[in-house]
Amino acid sequence: MAKLKSLLDLEELRKSIVAARDPSKLCITICSGTGCHAYASEKVAEAFSSEIEQRGLSGKIDLRRTGCHGFCERGPIVVIFPDEICYLSVKPEDVSEIVSETLIHKKIVERLLYVGDDGKPISNENDIPFYKSQIRIVFGDNRLIDPQSIEDYLALGGYAALAKALFEMTPEEVIEVIKKSNLRGRGGGGFPAGIKWETTRNAPGDAKYVIVNADEGDPGAYMDRSLLEGNPHSVLEGLIIGAYAIGANQGYVYVRQEYPLAVDNVSVAIDQMRELGLLGEKILGTGFDFDIIVHRGAGAFVSGESSALMTAIEGRVGEPRPKYVRTAVSGIHGRPSNLNNVETWANVPLIIKHGADWFRGVGTEGSKGTKIFSLVGKVKHTGLVEVPMGMPLREIIYDIGGGIRDNKKFKAVQTGGPSGGVIPESLLNLPVDFDELSKAGSMMGSGGMIVMDEDTCVVDVARYFLNFLADESCGKCIPCREGIQQMLVVLNRICEGNGTDDDLEILTDLGDMMRDCSLCALGQTAPNPVLSTIQYFREEYEEHIKNHRCPAGVCKELINYYIDPEKCQACMICMRNCPVGAIEGGKNIVHVIMQEKCTKCGTCLEVCPPRFSAVSKLSGVEIPEVAAGGIKVR
Amino acid sequence: MSTEERKGQDTSSRQTRGAVGDQRLESAAQPVAPAVEAAQQVELTINGQAVEAWEGMTLLQAAQSVGIFIPTLCHHKELSDYGACRLCSVEVIRGRRSRIVASCLYPVEDGIEVLTESEKVVKHRKTILELIQTRWPWVDKELLEKYGAQPGRFEEKTDFCILCGLCVRYCSEVKKADCLGFVGRGAQRQVVIYPERAIELCYKCDGGKMGCRSVCPTGTIPNEFAHTGPRFGKKLPLAYPVKSYNEDNAREVLQTVGDWRMPWVRSQTMPGK
Repeated sequence: MAKLKSLLDLEELRKSIVAARDPSKLCITICSGTGCHAYASEKVAEAFSSEIEQRGLSGKIDLRRTGCHGFCERGPIVVIFPDEICYLSVKPEDVSEIVSETLIHKKIVERLLYVGDDGKPISNENDIPFYKSQIRIVFGDNRLIDPQSIEDYLALGGYAALAKALFEMTPEEVIEVIKKSNLRGRGGGGFPAGIKWETTRNAPGDAKYVIVNADEGDPGAYMDRSLLEGNPHSVLEGLIIGAYAIGANQGYVYVRQEYPLAVDNVSVAIDQMRELGLLGEKILGTGFDFDIIVHRGAGAFVSGESSALMTAIEGRVGEPRPKYVRTAVSGIHGRPSNLNNVETWANVPLIIKHGADWFRGVGTEGSKGTKIFSLVGKVKHTGLVEVPMGMPLREIIYDIGGGIRDNKKFKAVQTGGPSGGVIPESLLNLPVDFDELSKAGSMMGSGGMIVMDEDTCVVDVARYFLNFLADESCGKCIPCREGIQQMLVVLNRICEGNGTDDDLEILTDLGDMMRDCSLCALGQTAPNPVLSTIQYFREEYEEHIKNHRCPAGVCKELINYYIDPEKCQACMICMRNCPVGAIEGGKNIVHVIMQEKCTKCGTCLEVCPPRFSAVSKLSGVEIPEVAAGGIKVR
Repeated sequence: MSTEERKGQDTSSRQTRGAVGDQRLESAAQPVAPAVEAAQQVELTINGQAVEAWEGMTLLQAAQSVGIFIPTLCHHKELSDYGACRLCSVEVIRGRRSRIVASCLYPVEDGIEVLTESEKVVKHRKTILELIQTRWPWVDKELLEKYGAQPGRFEEKTDFCILCGLCVRYCSEVKKADCLGFVGRGAQRQVVIYPERAIELCYKCDGGKMGCRSVCPTGTIPNEFAHTGPRFGKKLPLAYPVKSYNEDNAREVLQTVGDWRMPWVRSQTMPGK
């Protein structure tokens, strides 16, 4: 393709792409995001391609591998346009049927459709309850485009926002629009992006940098990943607009090495942009020069912290440094550097295109627009959801997520990744935005949302996240390094039934100190899982400490498995399945668990036939004595 | 040993030094007073006392300039500030907002109110001292008492090195030698000596005394490398964890290296002293 040298060139190219496309033509889109890829979506795609060829339909049907659709739990997802018929959990064996039924005979394959709670199948993707309450302004294009095709992005109006910024607006006007939109950083802090841009623009210095933070490392969170994999151009377009507004000529995409598809797609996108003259010297014939370097992270969670990330880009160990002077003033090599995360950048072209008022039309007083969450854990429908700011947690979990799996009871939801807090049922009506979440002792973070059911022990959850942070802390400052380790010591003690009465006070003291004194945000927020669980689930901690009881039956040291001799039918199933041979008994002899041998794996509870349900989990009570081999089954 | 004596001794041993020793400690000194005449004067209050300072100074420097004591550990006036120990944390109030900052790094600002011993600061400092003590049992008694630290509240995991980074900065900033560095992350973080450099450079450093040992507040660094020049032909492991040294070693090192710059950490209560 020839370089675009003017606004006219860009519009001509767009026109020619759109003209060559027929919106009524059949198009099979296969989600090829990481989730579906893991479900072998590539095999499905290959099956489609050979099926189409075999039936001589080549040219009549388009096949497109798109980015993540969001409903990852039911992948691989296949959507057939123009009717947007959505097939879930498609296997290569289903392909031939889909082609003959749907593509040739225009019939719907019902068994692959989503079935609602009322038993009725739903064929159109947008009618599925998981998608229905979402507003997918940022994430919605993922399902329409092939991330490796810049034509697909251009066909949907891509780079029009860039053109608008370059040809119709001054840098100051761009900043003004972003400020007015009140776009807040989606990476965790929620700092207003426009103000950050302005600070960077006004900071003294010739060389300035703009950076995409794609170092998403929260366990269970993958929204930035899916956005960068699925629609890299939207992020990069935002970045160029930002660079123009700030006056930067160099950009970085700091992306995790562990996200190979994101690295690939973003690199391909950058090459395409260079080829078209959307990067490089004199972009679209203007005087604006800009280029982007992809910097791959080396696997440290803490490198997602802005100053650590910039240190890593400089080529040094990714350790945070104090930010009493903002990175917007002194960042990479001491130069003004503006860092925003993937989702924030992806919002920018939309705001420029549709205006600040359009963006402000959705959201709450202090938080505008939408937010993508990765809804995981014990909900029925897991995946990525984009909802307007201010949607109550209950709606996200019950309407979109479909409620708790296996008809269990909801217990808590952890938002904001490992440094977020745990929110109890009493706060389920909390509108989700930056301010409300931090008032509740949690945070937005980058948008992780882990739902927990009644079988979850909050002490164990706090311990899990602290364990993660103990490995991921850089270890530079004492509050974070030593504080996390000592918190872990105390939490381990509590989970093992050795907690003392002072333990909660020790945890709170440590937590307060870490929150105030740590060097960077990782340490400052590290105590959140502990402090928020103490705040909302204090009695559960006290149960562990005082009664040596784990109410959820999770902490191994505090539970025992027990076979009720009245119920046991001596069927030998648990005996045969016990991996350590800890069950004694025999044919017609009631089985007994030898507690000293038992490793508490729970296999016996799982295999005991439900009609007997003789095995139970005990916590905090004495195990009734049963003489081994003594009782015969009646 | 007074400062004058120490300086005298340093000078006398200068001739014996090799290339590494040429960089004098003083040359890395950062000015406490403003370096530039044109620096702007700012006024702030520290513990209610009006203090005049110059832009570019840190809160710690401003406090020290009027004789207000703030405990420090990883700070050394002749090395770059690092902000790791957080012992020098103070409360800064501007308007209605209050926050805790590391005074060794926070630049002075006009009109701010600084509290070096507020209730919050004292409480946090106590916790930090208790945490330091889990690694290094002989923290100065007076300081512990001053902040009401309760020893034994946390699990001890004595390994002597408190990871203050003074040796690492001394070696790289003053000696430009980079024989020491951090490896590992989080709980695994430790200081190691890089043998391939150490074997060439350490025996020449500060007249064979290894300058890093003189800034180490806990005496954890062995003098092994002072005796392991190429001429000794010793075989060395690839990375040499400083903290592998046991209690006896630490005690011996503390007794032999008298060149203290961090007197408060060295405790009178240290066994065998």
